[in-house]
Amino acid sequence: MSQEPLVEIRDLNFTYDSRPVLTGINMTIPRGKVVAVMGSSGCGKTTTLRLIGGQLKPTSGSVKVGGQMVHELSGDGLYALRRRMGMLFQFGALFTDMSVYDNIAFQMREHTDLPEKVIRDLVMMKLHAVGLRGAHDLMPAELSGGMARRVALARAVALDPMLIMYDEPFAGLDPISLSIIGELIRKLNDVLGASSVVVTHDVQESLKIVDYVYFVSAGKIVAEGTAEEIKRSKVPYVHQFVWGEADGPVPFQYPARPYGEELMERAGRRG
Amino acid sequence: MDNAIVRTLRGLGEKVTSRVWRLGYASRFFLAIILHSGTSLRRINLTIREIYFTGVLSLIIILVSGMFVGMVLGLQGYDTLQRYGSTEALGVLVSLSLVRELGPVVAALLFASRAGSAITAEIGMMKATEQLSAMEMMAVDPIARVVAPRFWGGVISMPLLAALFSAMGIFGGYLVGVQLIGVDEGSFWSQMQASVDFREDILNGVIKSFVFGVIVSWVAVFEGYDAEPTAEGVSGATTRTVVTSSLAILAADFVLTAFMFTGL
Repeated sequence: MSQEPLVEIRDLNFTYDSRPVLTGINMTIPRGKVVAVMGSSGCGKTTTLRLIGGQLKPTSGSVKVGGQMVHELSGDGLYALRRRMGMLFQFGALFTDMSVYDNIAFQMREHTDLPEKVIRDLVMMKLHAVGLRGAHDLMPAELSGGMARRVALARAVALDPMLIMYDEPFAGLDPISLSIIGELIRKLNDVLGASSVVVTHDVQESLKIVDYVYFVSAGKIVAEGTAEEIKRSKVPYVHQFVWGEADGPVPFQYPARPYGEELMERAGRRG
Repeated sequence: MDNAIVRTLRGLGEKVTSRVWRLGYASRFFLAIILHSGTSLRRINLTIREIYFTGVLSLIIILVSGMFVGMVLGLQGYDTLQRYGSTEALGVLVSLSLVRELGPVVAALLFASRAGSAITAEIGMMKATEQLSAMEMMAVDPIARVVAPRFWGGVISMPLLAALFSAMGIFGGYLVGVQLIGVDEGSFWSQMQASVDFREDILNGVIKSFVFGVIVSWVAVFEGYDAEPTAEGVSGATTRTVVTSSLAILAADFVLTAFMFTGL
């Protein structure tokens, strides 16, 4: 296997409506590893995933996946690359008009000429891997949040991708579903020989399963390292984040005028 | 004072440019649908499924409304025609009104509110729940897989629904005129047969309903695809579909009628 990393992001800048979202991002996702991108909501984590998947184009810098510059690919080239990527969306994004079975068979039917019998076997294998073989004929509306996430996970790996991307896979799950999803992310990555990027703000769950972590704050990488290094990190932001402290470099208060000034003004208006 | 004028002008300018920009975007979207229609035709099952959802499920409202419109035409037509002693022309009046005008127009208005709004809401919700985004990430083009089949489903359903509307209307007119009021059955049907021209009346009606089908389906899929991915966004888009397509149907009807029946 080539030792070149699967994903390489160099000097990436991304601006949306003249507002900088990501600045000077450098990131490497080695083959076979699970890498987490952490940070508080709205710091640009999901944007990073969309740039890797080619749904957005960088303002400057480069995103290379499997040796190909994503933003320089033609429409067909991008679609060819995406066939080798799987993505789990924040709330699953299952197709609500299709059964669990059809959701997982979707890509196989769209991209291959496999006979229905083979597709059936493959779908059942994927569902068995996430423990939901018995739920194949349910509709997405009949699934619990945790089950829906597992089905979406099975769908994301339907075509055995080389890169699996997870957008907030732990959001809104109960503790049991949380650890099931965590284990599955690790297991699927290792069994499929894939590489994974997990965008999350769930520190405790993700630090159990990831090999390397990038910390993003206000569009910049503020820290990186292995799970152990992150836990021991002295960077104030990382410390606040990992140990869940209410106040710190990320202030509790949304930026505002001095409190006294505001109260005085109201009092003046009433008077 | 000057500032107020400048502000008003600027506001007006912004509104106009944004409308023009949106129209341009909608036109490009229309072109993209046509260019990506291969899948809908190759995998005809996708389109047939949409014909079921838009066409077959609209049948009840179309048939019942057609019947009532025809019955009202029978009553009103009889009342007017008897003043001139030509009640035997009731069949002609009912059939021409329906085939040329009311069939395509009323069926299209009903279709816009029954099926157009459903298409917009469905696509809008798919966008809001990231299903379209997920499809893109699976290297499947949502315009080809989701939008185009719904568009063609609507375009194919519309003329068929309009034809059924007219047929039911004529039957309603027959029930009221012949069975209830007692107009001569022979003259009701024979005058209709003699006066309704296939090319001039029926074909023009079909062309109208085809054009309306394109308008409603285009507006519906565009509004859905362009909807803000929030609950208010989808509800606003659904309302816009009904309002825009209804106005567009009536305006297009005027233009088409001017060309087809007055020799302009």
